[in-house]
Amino acid sequence: MKEVIADIDRWQAAGRRVAVARVIGVEGSGPRDPGATMAVSEDGEVAGSVSGGCVEGAVVVEALAVLESGTPRVCTFGYSDDEAFAVGLTCGGTVHVLVEPLDW
Amino acid sequence: MSGDLYRELRSALLGDEPVVLATVTSVEGAAQGRTALAAKLVVRPDGRCLGTLGDPELDRIATRDALAALDRGVMVTRHYGPHGEARRAEVAVFMEVFAPPARLIVFGAVDFTRALVEVGKVLGFAVTVCDPRPVFATKARFPLADEVVVEWPDRYMDRIGSELGPRDAVCVLTHDTKFDVPAILGTLRTRAGYLGAMGSRRTHERRWLRLVEAGADEAELNERLMSPIGLDIGARTPEETAVAICAEIIAVRTGRADGFVTTLRSAAGAIHRG
Repeated sequence: MKEVIADIDRWQAAGRRVAVARVIGVEGSGPRDPGATMAVSEDGEVAGSVSGGCVEGAVVVEALAVLESGTPRVCTFGYSDDEAFAVGLTCGGTVHVLVEPLDW
Repeated sequence: MSGDLYRELRSALLGDEPVVLATVTSVEGAAQGRTALAAKLVVRPDGRCLGTLGDPELDRIATRDALAALDRGVMVTRHYGPHGEARRAEVAVFMEVFAPPARLIVFGAVDFTRALVEVGKVLGFAVTVCDPRPVFATKARFPLADEVVVEWPDRYMDRIGSELGPRDAVCVLTHDTKFDVPAILGTLRTRAGYLGAMGSRRTHERRWLRLVEAGADEAELNERLMSPIGLDIGARTPEETAVAICAEIIAVRTGRADGFVTTLRSAAGAIHRG
């Protein structure tokens, strides 16, 4: 979280809304541990990361949707659930990410 | 715009103060309607908190568990009933722990100390070197140490020992019983999660006798003292020895020391071969 504060400060100073995505659980091997944080501004700028680069693109899409709806959601990325997941981790693990507006 | 909770968290993080962000990550059954996904509690080490998970009893129990997670320095998800009941799982709470770096205290400003300070810094420890001899314990000799203290080990432990917890490590490298014994006895009075002492097997045996003469409990020594210090990887140089010691610190923390990897303590025979 600490590593994204400066970017959040900058975005908020410019009046931009911010979404925060945090890894809340990892099954199997995952590139980042719980607590890994990524922040996304409403115009799609990104700070931090939640994986080794495998799912960041999908998280940006989720973050923008969450800013639109105002409702937090838990997103799961990985191979384990079913083939419908278009985004996977190359390591074969599963990562759960809480995506929410920074309105708290 | 962000509000009070983020402001509190931000100010703790920028001030390097310990804090836990407890967040509801799933809500099912009877908890629905009372608790919401992403409900939050920001918990400070003194138990002060801001925010709510949706129920005062749940807040109270989650605060207790947040403080336990902070003490151990680990991120965990805990499960509760709607009012914080144990053995139920309607509410999942992710405890995101922001703890200051764990401490590595090295007693003895000897040659091996410099390498151990360096490897300790790589692992993210806040490193202190302590030795009562002012000619050896200098910042110039250990530029990477966060702190170099000229003090007797037992006095230093009397002063700061109560701050140590399960994440912290103490290494005793003097292999001189005059310094080792007070350092080890002082550390045994703390909650430090790792205690190791350097020396040959002969030094180890002599030191063990002195410790017992000085009143140490043998069962506690068996339980807590890693001596001779380090994993049995055939380390020779100060740098290799530092890696063997730090690997042992990790193994003890993760519960994989004796029985999983070979420690010098559990191995028989020569520390150095060939």
